[in-house]
Amino acid sequence: MKKYEVSAIKEGTVIDQIASRSTFKVANILNIQDIDQVVLIGYNLSSKKLGKKGIIKIEGKLLTQEEVNKISLISPDATVNIIKGSEVVEKFKVAIPDSIEEFLKCFNPNCVSNHQDIQSRFYVINKNPIRIRCHYCERHMGEDDIELV
Amino acid sequence: MISLKNKDIISILDVTKEEILYILDISKRMEEEGSSEILNGKVLANLFFEPSTRTRISFETAMKRLGGQVVGFDELGTTSTVKGESLRDSVKIIEGYCDIIVLRHFLEGASRLTADSVTIPVINAGDGASQHPTQTFVDLYTIKKVKGELENLSIGFLGDLKYGRTAHSLAYAMSNFGAEMYFISPPSLRIPKDYLEELESRNVTYHEVESLNEVSSKLDILYCTRIQKERFSDPVEYEKVRGIYKLSKPVMDELDVKEDLKILHPLPRVDEMDESLDDTSYAVYFQQAHSGIPVRETLLATVLGAIQ
Repeated sequence: MKKYEVSAIKEGTVIDQIASRSTFKVANILNIQDIDQVVLIGYNLSSKKLGKKGIIKIEGKLLTQEEVNKISLISPDATVNIIKGSEVVEKFKVAIPDSIEEFLKCFNPNCVSNHQDIQSRFYVINKNPIRIRCHYCERHMGEDDIELV
Repeated sequence: MISLKNKDIISILDVTKEEILYILDISKRMEEEGSSEILNGKVLANLFFEPSTRTRISFETAMKRLGGQVVGFDELGTTSTVKGESLRDSVKIIEGYCDIIVLRHFLEGASRLTADSVTIPVINAGDGASQHPTQTFVDLYTIKKVKGELENLSIGFLGDLKYGRTAHSLAYAMSNFGAEMYFISPPSLRIPKDYLEELESRNVTYHEVESLNEVSSKLDILYCTRIQKERFSDPVEYEKVRGIYKLSKPVMDELDVKEDLKILHPLPRVDEMDESLDDTSYAVYFQQAHSGIPVRETLLATVLGAIQ
């Protein structure tokens, strides 16, 4: 029987339990278009927990903390599995941080953070559903307002 | 013991109930005692990147009545901003010239950025459609003065609740005092969801309605706001809501209201309140405007450490 190269990875990361509609956003966060090793994306797979889920398997990549934080904002149920020698050696659920700096853009066009050369800063005021407050203009953003940079 | 020395006054969310009551108590004392020299030798930089005659003059008056000096500007065209200087650089330079900064800016969050950039205290005199905390202290002071207390009042907010930052700040502040709130506005000018979420997290009971008649009989305080033409990008949208609420003595005579209802307005007004209202027992907005001096004297003196 033919063995599919994409069915499993030997060394790398599997991001599982991605909210299906966020699968390609997660792929963007991970810049998969720039990865020259094996990448498998599963989309609309059945999931007991989520109904439908996405899964991304990437050979030869470990996620950075910033990437994990970004994924947590758009898919808070996602899990990260670290694979070594074809075995899962570590598994954890992404955790939404209490505060976020740098990689988010405030959705308020009149916020000072969009007009001055400063780092954006937000506080997470609710994790499910996600609601975050801008340190500067104090406006609240929900999942649909989140724009990663 | 409460001390506000070196505290930035940026958002009403940063201020505790105890600090609010402390500020109101000192403001009463300031009003009773009048001028003094407790800020002699101190310099206030009044940085108004957006015009506001009333707020600027009241800060200037407050500082001078306490013996302090005032420097600053009131139009963007005279600043280095037009040469491309960042706000952070501007305020870090000005910090070396003064003891306290009062800032008004057209960008939301500009006061927070200023406070993060300098070590001297910063007071937000209004930034964009965001917060205007010193007006809120003026409003609270007036309410306490005319009602005798702040606890458990029913307060109606009328008019532009979308852009009306004074209404937003006052709603937050009154959430400390068990207020029941009525937000009265056309659908296009409803209070933003952000503020309602914050109020919900503070267990505030609130109602959103379009007509004042529906709720007038329940109110202890009616807080009117001007529909701000300058906040509308589309003039057609402004014309749709302009003059939608017009209070006057004849209107009040027809409305079912409590005898001791008081009407506040941060002023200036346009056509939402007729002059015939001015001599009724409801109107306290001029008294409210005059309260700006003792309240701003208090804020300047307490954050500068002249009152401990």
